[in-house]
Amino acid sequence: MTADRFSSPLWRDRALAASAVRRMEALAAEAASRSGGQLNFMEVCGTHTMAIAASGMRRLFPKGLRMLSGPGCPVCVTSQGDIDGVLALAAVPGAVIATFGDMMKVKGSGGLDLHSMRERGSDVRVVYSPLDAVELAAAEPSRQVIFVGVGFETTAPVVAAAVARAAKAGLRNFSSTAFFKLVPPALEMLLSDPSNKISGFMLPGHVSSVIGLEPYLFVARKYRVPCVVAGFEPLDILAAVNMLLEQVISGRPEVQDEYFRAVPAAGNPAALKLMREVFSVRDADWRAIGRVKDTGLGFSRAYARFDALKRFGIPRKAAPEPKGCLCGRILLGKAQPPDCRLFGKACTPSNAVGPCMVSSEGACAAWFKYGA
Amino acid sequence: MCLAVPGKIVSVKGSNAEVDFSGVKRSVSLDLVPGAGRNDYVLVHAGFAIQLLRQDEAEETLKLFREIYGEDHGDASGPLGHTRP
Repeated sequence: MTADRFSSPLWRDRALAASAVRRMEALAAEAASRSGGQLNFMEVCGTHTMAIAASGMRRLFPKGLRMLSGPGCPVCVTSQGDIDGVLALAAVPGAVIATFGDMMKVKGSGGLDLHSMRERGSDVRVVYSPLDAVELAAAEPSRQVIFVGVGFETTAPVVAAAVARAAKAGLRNFSSTAFFKLVPPALEMLLSDPSNKISGFMLPGHVSSVIGLEPYLFVARKYRVPCVVAGFEPLDILAAVNMLLEQVISGRPEVQDEYFRAVPAAGNPAALKLMREVFSVRDADWRAIGRVKDTGLGFSRAYARFDALKRFGIPRKAAPEPKGCLCGRILLGKAQPPDCRLFGKACTPSNAVGPCMVSSEGACAAWFKYGA
Repeated sequence: MCLAVPGKIVSVKGSNAEVDFSGVKRSVSLDLVPGAGRNDYVLVHAGFAIQLLRQDEAEETLKLFREIYGEDHGDASGPLGHTRP
């Protein structure tokens, strides 16, 4: 074993965490008196939602400080219409669907999911990397291999790199969906709603690893909302909450980087370059929100031949949300999972109605598994 | 889904690297971090290195945690971390 500082147990040191929580209580009291009431910090990223729930940290947050889950779970924000598009691709005769496991159990409008499509004879395979799908296409030239591309700026460059490899190899039987969403425009979408109650953003560490800090400056400058990019270890999260509280107290919102060991200010220029070559900014369909201008990525003209929907003639359509499901309001920070009357009753991880319960990092799944 | 895991590059062959994740080794593409080499730590998402990780910056973060939250300084004030840009 090496002296690896990145997976050191020091990131979970109990004494330091206890001290950070004591500091949080003092800061929260002061911040609440400054800001005049309830503080709502939003953890934008689904991986943070899971990290907070799994560590039991939610119980440690002082009264008057609430962590809201945001629109950062890729499966959760994918619109019902786009899910229907994926299922239509799975019905293309002879096609192989390659997907991340999280997408397997999201139900389409007709009540089917990829898992049940597989039981009915569709060839659906769970892969770890989009490169696995490219390799599959190279190995089986007679089959059309379709990768289910969903996600944010962490995943888009990875899919871009896989598409670029397929292009280089001259593969004509590989394609992908491009249901990618962008985090900074999503924040703007939340903030431009005058009824939002967000007092600070815990920004996604791995999206920021790619895009850097500059794209968030408008949040602090235009909307005067504090921002801290955070890592995913318990101490990272506690420290980031304290940094947000200190910004509230000082009254000087800015973009701070708690996770600077993985997030340089400029992000990853090589990844951004490839992402912008293969994809271009376009309108995206958000669950429960609808189509919002310039909030996502689709294939660029140069790579349009890899667009699975175009190749198989499947139109992008809107479709209604599952009845009674509060997923959309939860993604906007306007409701918490227990506010939904389906939660834990008609909707559980083994029989999920909405994607916030299906996805392993959805807010409802986190609350169900670990409690409040 | 934005889960990414740190690992150490053991060897590089073309644009792929053998990466050690605390004992488990996997092949990882370096397409997005072309400058990475042997003994570098990288952050890996879905089979691709997406960022170089700096040991000294990890150490600096842990040091700051100990300074701010260590026993003798349990109620020290002052912001943690770098404010950039």
